[in-house]
Amino acid sequence: MKTIVLGVIGADVHAVGNKILDYVFSNEGYHVVNIGVLSQQEDFINAAIETNADAILVSSLYGHGELDCRGFKSKCVEAGLENVLLYVGGNIVIGKQNWRDAKQRFIDMGFDRVYPPGTTPAKALSDLKKDLK
Amino acid sequence: MKKILLTDFGSTYTKLTLIDLELEEVLATSLASTTVDTSILDGYREAFSKLGDHGEIAEKLACSSAAGGLVVAAIGLVKQLTVEAAKRAALGAGAKVEYSYANFITKDEIEEIKTSNIDIILLAGGTDGGNTESILHNAKMIAEAKLEIPIVLAGNKMTNDEIEQLFIDNNIYYEKAENVMPEINVLNVDSAKEVIRKIFIEKITLAKGIKEAEKLVDDVIMPTPAAVLYGLEILGNGTKNQEGIGDLLCLDIGGATTDIHSIGRGLPSKAGVVFQGLEEPIAKRTVEGDLGMRYSANALYATVGNRAFQKYGLDNVVDKITFRRKNTEYVPENKEDIEFDVVMASICADEAMTRHVGTVESVYSPMGMMYLQKGKDLTGVKYILGTGGVVVNHDGIVEKTLFNSEKITELRPTECKILIDKGYIFSSLSLMSVRYPDIALRMMKKYLL
Repeated sequence: MKTIVLGVIGADVHAVGNKILDYVFSNEGYHVVNIGVLSQQEDFINAAIETNADAILVSSLYGHGELDCRGFKSKCVEAGLENVLLYVGGNIVIGKQNWRDAKQRFIDMGFDRVYPPGTTPAKALSDLKKDLK
Repeated sequence: MKKILLTDFGSTYTKLTLIDLELEEVLATSLASTTVDTSILDGYREAFSKLGDHGEIAEKLACSSAAGGLVVAAIGLVKQLTVEAAKRAALGAGAKVEYSYANFITKDEIEEIKTSNIDIILLAGGTDGGNTESILHNAKMIAEAKLEIPIVLAGNKMTNDEIEQLFIDNNIYYEKAENVMPEINVLNVDSAKEVIRKIFIEKITLAKGIKEAEKLVDDVIMPTPAAVLYGLEILGNGTKNQEGIGDLLCLDIGGATTDIHSIGRGLPSKAGVVFQGLEEPIAKRTVEGDLGMRYSANALYATVGNRAFQKYGLDNVVDKITFRRKNTEYVPENKEDIEFDVVMASICADEAMTRHVGTVESVYSPMGMMYLQKGKDLTGVKYILGTGGVVVNHDGIVEKTLFNSEKITELRPTECKILIDKGYIFSSLSLMSVRYPDIALRMMKKYLL
């Protein structure tokens, strides 16, 4: 069984989407380690180390995602998690920005998949299946 | 009249308490120096003769923290997760955790373990189904070094078969327990605590010459701190037949350490507060090896510095501190020295509470102010029990654990009734509560409230 760490990063307390993702991925046979809202980068990383996770899925709904996600990948590499997939999604940037630029900034930060607002869980699910083969 | 004799083989004193189980009364108490250097029976016999003649004694139970108590090394993977879970399990089992190791242990660390006074190694690492490399590596290091220290195996269960085979092949003594952290942030300490207690009774008491006491008492059943924690749980949570007094704290300031126990879930008590991090044990014990009145006097000064003493209007305290470290049996007689001891104890109480209690911090978010809690919320605790000489004999020390406007983020108790273990009987009643919970609880209420 593949293990994924799921959580909402930063000072963000949006719990509903987090519960929906937990439900969807659990139903699809993933071992979901849900660290919940108000999670720091270190919490994701520590959970991934102890559970030997295959992927870390970061949610950010409150617009500060870009600040919260800075340096995440470097910390993963430092913690020996360079091969663990790193996804991010939600309302990860604020204002009317060009999505392609925003996405590129997260790719440059080392995220493997970056999702815009309105992405269905099914999309992330099918990507994860592909990426974890 | 059925009588039970309770013995606490302490680090300094062997304390005896004789209780009438039918009248539910303390009949007699006595005290003598603990004598592990010759035979533990010498001190026991001396204390026993001081008890006087009380006829036939039906049952004799003992607990022990003699000969250095029980020292456990905690090994895990991530410092804040399995290492912390292993530490909490060991502390809950009444041990001192003087060593802890994270990630992959090294040859230097193995060497440190070999040359230390470690009694038991609690080997954890990985959630069930999680990381296997760390605990497998650490088990291999232990096996290769042929460590002669009993191991409690309490990590990722997927690694159990391989590690057990490895330990059997290398003649490593081990006992298996459930994973101390089976899932992220879920604490599971009961099984490991029980296995530590079992090894303590079977192996450690024998090695330290405490087992010899069983020639004269029926059973040495647990380390003293484990008994006290058990007794506090009975006092707080009650038994099947009787209500307890609710959430409570216990402060014990000794010569070498300051211990704080708390009974209660400690979940957020106010709306809008989110709990974060590893789950807290309902019966939580913390032991501060650098906060104490005599053996740890120097360590106390090194930790808190002159500043802490200045707050109490004292200055240039080094001589007084050094004197106490050198004369560990010292009992102050004049007013100035008594007051100095009270100040030391007050600092110990305050600092130990800071380390035990949970904190809340505010987080600014677009939804307004949010609050993040780490550790236990003890604001609603109704009782604090004070034990240990300095706390029992002087007022105003236990109060230092209460809410303090200078430490506003700490979730300390606000309004509390302070109970004092005047007759030094709480550890005996706790020991008794293991076999006779209802009688012990009624007696605790009678003697303490």
